[in-house]
Amino acid sequence: MSEPKKFALPVLGEVDRRTALKAGAATLGVTAWAAAIQPWFEWTTELNVDEFLQKHYRELTAEQKLAVFRHLEEDAKKQYGADVHISDPLPLPGVQYAYALNLSICIGCRKCAEACHVENNHDRPTHQSYIRVFEMQKGGIDFAKGDCHYDHPVPAPDKYYMPVQCQHCENAPCVKACPVEATWAEPDGIVVVDYNWCIGCRYCEAACPYHARRFNWQKPEIPADEVNPNQGYLSNRVRPQGVMEKCTFCLHRVREGRMPACLEACPTGARVFGNVLDPDSEIRWVLDNKRVFVLKEELGTKPRFFYFFDK
Amino acid sequence: MSVEDPSPPAAARPPGRLLARFVLLALVGVALAVGAVAAFGPVRVARPSAEVALPYTPEPKFAVEIRKPAGPPVFHTGIKDANGKSVTMACAECHKTREPNAANRLGRPMAFFHQALKGQHGNLACVACHNSTEANASLRLADGTSLPYTEVMQLCAQCHGPQYRSYQHGAHGGMAGYWDLSKGGRTRANCVDCHNPHAPKYQPVQPARATNDRGAAKETGHE
Repeated sequence: MSEPKKFALPVLGEVDRRTALKAGAATLGVTAWAAAIQPWFEWTTELNVDEFLQKHYRELTAEQKLAVFRHLEEDAKKQYGADVHISDPLPLPGVQYAYALNLSICIGCRKCAEACHVENNHDRPTHQSYIRVFEMQKGGIDFAKGDCHYDHPVPAPDKYYMPVQCQHCENAPCVKACPVEATWAEPDGIVVVDYNWCIGCRYCEAACPYHARRFNWQKPEIPADEVNPNQGYLSNRVRPQGVMEKCTFCLHRVREGRMPACLEACPTGARVFGNVLDPDSEIRWVLDNKRVFVLKEELGTKPRFFYFFDK
Repeated sequence: MSVEDPSPPAAARPPGRLLARFVLLALVGVALAVGAVAAFGPVRVARPSAEVALPYTPEPKFAVEIRKPAGPPVFHTGIKDANGKSVTMACAECHKTREPNAANRLGRPMAFFHQALKGQHGNLACVACHNSTEANASLRLADGTSLPYTEVMQLCAQCHGPQYRSYQHGAHGGMAGYWDLSKGGRTRANCVDCHNPHAPKYQPVQPARATNDRGAAKETGHE
């Protein structure tokens, strides 16, 4: 056996091959470990321990919810300079919401999309909204020929307008796609997202056949005086960066008996909303008396959002 | 290969197999009996599940208020008084002395007065809707009854029945307020809030700004 080969290393001096390899591996290990724990050194006031350890919305007790809401309100004050109130109205028993839209009288003015933008604290630079209004060619329902960027007086000749938002499917593909159950259908039919539980994988966005879900690529920018202070935990509170969001039928409004913001903004009354279980409700009359249809019926998503023409 | 019957004669069969047959037959019998009872037996009344709530149909406590027009229209003279307020005149100022021309129709230029009034609403005569017998301070239904200006929707409904029916059921005309009338009221637009009675076609408007999010990005024509 020959003498082990010696290496001359700085600081350590003369070492054998085995020791040199060990030292190299140890250095690599320490570096990898430092890189792995690096996010912990970026821990800021925005990343709160309580929030990090928060349970799923449906597992929170009433007191825990309140603590979360108070923390989010403080957060809104710090980050947006706005005094907001976050509430959590619960679903009413015996209520199933549904929405219908009269395509014969929709003029495509986008006032619904604008109202949604304001009501739901959307990002101002992207002018985000949960509603996309398509200008469609009369004679068919072909979204490939639809345009949601039109910028000319409406209604234009030979066109009709089709606002599309979350259809609140009874058999929602987005809910099934979510790997962490951060999105689900409430007992009143509203499909919601727990923004604190969402991991931002965007599977739901890919699963939705109606392109109704939006991703917060950036932290939403809203001037303090434009923040809508009446906020719901599951609906219009300002969403953090990196989570999904969607139409909630203005949950914070409708569960208190009010109309959704898009309906109130509609100047022509093309939008009808209400409790389908109530036989005397407006929505029920529309479903019973108008020839309603749903988008992409063949997918079996069973939307709660209906469209109809007067003639 | 043997052509003989592979099964041994009955006498030679082990008693265990016979027992198994009996057990199997008994099972089939029991299953048939259970099925018959389930299918033709007494019907059990399903207990209402505690989880299924009755439909929420609250008693309305607040009213649905339909906005009303201000009343008989006034004629803007275009003259301003000493205080800078524009001078207006009631229809009756002229019409109490001057008989309206029953032959005048909307869409036909007027020789005297109302020259600025332009519109398109079928081929209606002025007196089809305006009551000339009351110095034009009221409207006139098709059967000749007088109708105050505030009740104009009744007049419109005479011809536009389907729209009025939709309106009555909340499927036409803007509204704001509560879907749940036990928690708050609702206000609704009337016909002439949106439709100029002389030119009822909804006038084109400039739409609000579109979003520029990624999902709505314009097709770039990629394959």
